[in-house]
Amino acid sequence: MINKTVQSLAEAVKDIHDGATVMISGFGEAGSPIELIHALIDQGAKDLTVVSNNTGSGNVGLAALIEQRRVKKMICSFPRTTNSTVFPELYTAGEIELELVPQGTLAERIRAGGAGIPAFYTPASVNTPLAEGKECRLFEGIEYVMEKGIKADFSLVKCELADRYGNLTYHATARNFGPIMCTAAKTSIVQVRKIVEAGAIDPEIVVTPGIFVNHIIEVSHPANESDLVAQKFTYPW
Amino acid sequence: MVEKQVNIGWSKTEMAQNVAMDIPDGSYVNLGIGMPEMVADFVPEGRELIYQTENGLLGMGAVPMSGQEDPELINAGKKPVTTIPGACFFHHADSFTMIRGGHIDVCVLGAMQISKNGDLANWSTGAANAIPAVGGAMDLVAGVKKILVITRHNTKDGKPKILNQCSYPLTGKGVVDTIYTNLAIIDVKEEGLFVRKLGPNVDFEYLQEHTEAKLFQ
Repeated sequence: MINKTVQSLAEAVKDIHDGATVMISGFGEAGSPIELIHALIDQGAKDLTVVSNNTGSGNVGLAALIEQRRVKKMICSFPRTTNSTVFPELYTAGEIELELVPQGTLAERIRAGGAGIPAFYTPASVNTPLAEGKECRLFEGIEYVMEKGIKADFSLVKCELADRYGNLTYHATARNFGPIMCTAAKTSIVQVRKIVEAGAIDPEIVVTPGIFVNHIIEVSHPANESDLVAQKFTYPW
Repeated sequence: MVEKQVNIGWSKTEMAQNVAMDIPDGSYVNLGIGMPEMVADFVPEGRELIYQTENGLLGMGAVPMSGQEDPELINAGKKPVTTIPGACFFHHADSFTMIRGGHIDVCVLGAMQISKNGDLANWSTGAANAIPAVGGAMDLVAGVKKILVITRHNTKDGKPKILNQCSYPLTGKGVVDTIYTNLAIIDVKEEGLFVRKLGPNVDFEYLQEHTEAKLFQ
């Protein structure tokens, strides 16, 4: 019988190894799997390459993972946001690498990685510093830059509902990078607000088909990053 | 006798109004963070615009009532928003399929510099100590049908922003269609920058003095 449910956050992240590439869903706090990230901090893996749109805020979640010096390199589109101080300080000190990617290119690189497409051409960033050193090519008289798909060892994703097969639905704009990150990782680890019986999610509204998901763990009351930041929490607590 | 202070040009809200007047009924619109967001407040009666926010919502509504905010229902500026009846959510690859694939009609963005041929610089000053951050700007200018820029005509210290050539790193080359400043509305055409409308108490000579690139009437 297939059942992708695991019993604890620690079990969910136990296989993440030093040097792994980890995709982390979220756009700001929406969709950020804070509880999984905190479990990864407890687990101890280091020298990680993290693919995520932002770099977290305050001293919790992704910002805490970075603050604990577990992240060697960030691949992201917008590394500074309100209340984001950890990454900017380490970057200024030359202690963390950054690969800056236009947001749509980041999304498409993840999608391509998951879809078995090694590279593609996009018009975004042509004639800008972000296209320097990359192959450019004309199609129908317009210039495009080649970008490579990204694959990950693991993805950490937050969703709303899941069944034991790993079929997922999301909540509002927390969907963002979750569905594509599930496709692009060898092992997708998903924190779910509620695990339901198989069949309880109408097949017509499944957003992520279960084939893209490996482990699900129920976190019924996930923390809001903004609440933790407002209360000046630091992880580890 | 004290001379009455003459206001030169448009206020911020008037600039936003100017942009709103130029967006046709039925357009799918992406508004950048900051001043572009104000455009939504001035859509003329009888026009329906659908707002896309690149973090995964088509049919973005107004700011929620206090206490009704959902931290996972936000716009690209990471501020709480609402949905209109008929809104839909989608993931990031679909969002940028809309943007890059030419399905969005209008994008309103801010600017640091604009060149005479419509190059836009709005993401980085290129300073060595800056933390570079680009977000979706490069995808938006590459794919949205019309790029409208709303910006003060000059920098805070009075330097021109409309230049022969941008000195900051580009967001995109030859991408801007119209520039809405506090002094004028300027269309970017193949032959150059054409002033469509002058702000209150602005004459063409004054405008040209405050602009590095050559303007045409």
